[in-house]
Amino acid sequence: MIGNVIKYEQDNIDTDVIIPGTYLKIHDYNELATHAMEGLDPDFPSKVKDGDFIVAGKNFGCGSSREHAPIALSTCGIKAVIATSFARIFYRNSVDGAFLLPIEIDDETYQKISNSDQLEINIENNEIKNITKNETYSMKPFSEIIAKIISAGGIFKYKK
Amino acid sequence: MNITEKILARASGKTTVSPDDVIFAKVDKVMVHDVSGPGVMKVFDKLQKQGIDTSKLHDSSKVWIAEDHFVPSAEKVSAENIVKLSNFSKKYDIKKHFKYGMGQYGICHTLSHEEALVNPGEVYVGGDSHTNTTGALGAFACGLGHTDVAYVLLNGEIWFKVPETYYFKLDGKLPPHVMAKDFILKIIGDIGNDGGAYNTMQFGGTGIDEMSIESRLTLANMTTEAGAKNGIIESDEKTVQYLKERGATNATVFRGDVDANYSKIFEYDASELEPTVAKPFSPDNITIARELSSTELDKSYIGSCTGAKYEDLLAAAKILKGKKVKIRTEVLPAAISIYKRAIKDGLIEIFLDAGATVGPPTCGACCGAHMGVLAKDEICVSTTNRNFPGRMGHVESQTYLASPQVAAASAVTGKITDPRDLN
Repeated sequence: MIGNVIKYEQDNIDTDVIIPGTYLKIHDYNELATHAMEGLDPDFPSKVKDGDFIVAGKNFGCGSSREHAPIALSTCGIKAVIATSFARIFYRNSVDGAFLLPIEIDDETYQKISNSDQLEINIENNEIKNITKNETYSMKPFSEIIAKIISAGGIFKYKK
Repeated sequence: MNITEKILARASGKTTVSPDDVIFAKVDKVMVHDVSGPGVMKVFDKLQKQGIDTSKLHDSSKVWIAEDHFVPSAEKVSAENIVKLSNFSKKYDIKKHFKYGMGQYGICHTLSHEEALVNPGEVYVGGDSHTNTTGALGAFACGLGHTDVAYVLLNGEIWFKVPETYYFKLDGKLPPHVMAKDFILKIIGDIGNDGGAYNTMQFGGTGIDEMSIESRLTLANMTTEAGAKNGIIESDEKTVQYLKERGATNATVFRGDVDANYSKIFEYDASELEPTVAKPFSPDNITIARELSSTELDKSYIGSCTGAKYEDLLAAAKILKGKKVKIRTEVLPAAISIYKRAIKDGLIEIFLDAGATVGPPTCGACCGAHMGVLAKDEICVSTTNRNFPGRMGHVESQTYLASPQVAAASAVTGKITDPRDLN
């Protein structure tokens, strides 16, 4: 999976900025996408390209259980969020709903990745290749259950 | 095993579980509301297209529905969501649907205890992050997204990784004017807003034994703000009594083993706690209320599942009695049952005499939905649970999270005020 980075050098990017509460009544995925990241970066929907990755600091997606958050990002074209840690409901919503890959990296890797870098994510060998900088990083492996749900394509396709 | 492990072991048919075990837990109760309900229906639509049968729920008697976020309907999209919910409960024969304008209704988490919908020892999941609240009754209560709730509705179970448990021990009784809200803000400030991430936050000690059920609910409610999977308090006779008074017939005391393991223990002395406030823009950005006495406010908001239970309204009314508010003040009781009690006991009259507005039960402005959202640059003291940018309205508004007593005292002075300093 190859994509370009949109980096927010920020911890605790919460669900209220990913998709503000006033839009929770909306369940049309395309309409939600037009408001993605509105509380932090109103230009996001116009600059994001299909296949892009978000890179951010710790506790990404903290706050509410709103599935609107991974839905809005994935409908915009985001295929993975790469962060130093994730809040639990955003993480499991992303995986169980098969919206995007939540990828954990260490602080050092987070520092090395820059905005607009082109990355290749390989979850089979837990590797992230920075094509722009010609560097290779390791990602934190998924736990067994998460790996299985991702490979099945979401919780409904996962067989116990 | 501690109480969370015991509940998850029973629910997964195992004799014992340990942290990091992955289990499928049978779910005893499921909740959706006017945001997560239509979200679940959207998931059902997708599943139907994939050929998955959504014509029957696993057990509709375990499901209940709340109308809370955008009610009374703020505009037509919200109104349509309410109609969708009504059609959903009719289609799937869900009997417990608390409709606004038809008797008891209110914020989902408030109904969970006011209507005794969850018993000690049960597994309860809801399509809302503050589902953690109900863990104060001694249940495993955990918030999930739409896809996971849809899975539970159709299959009656869901996967969990057994969490590690952090134990927060409170010794002694809270001093006058210090509330459970102050204690949980202090904890979140100490451990950070991911300090409980993926773990259980359990509360115990003599201070918790002393506490009312409603105060315990405030603690469990805001474990979400530390990222916890669940907040929990072992049930006791007080819990069972509380639930029986609200119609529960099979509530019994359920506790962990006395020799249970906890991965970390945090000890607090109640006498050292003070009225505490979380400054913008994070619940862990705390200080004591007295440090902020020069902070001018535009509004005081007394509402939400966190801060508009009966006890919260009573505490605010005691402060507002015979006084006038200096800033816009809104009071929104969290459920009709609480509203009625507040009328009967004269609290609503106190609020109105003080100049405050009293609104209907709703999540309202807590999540920036409607009914008192904040304008650009407006500054609000609020009994709610989150203060991220834009949480209560404009992204450049500011929210200070505080107890009902601090919110009421601040309404009187127009500045953030420690209730101990109010003349």
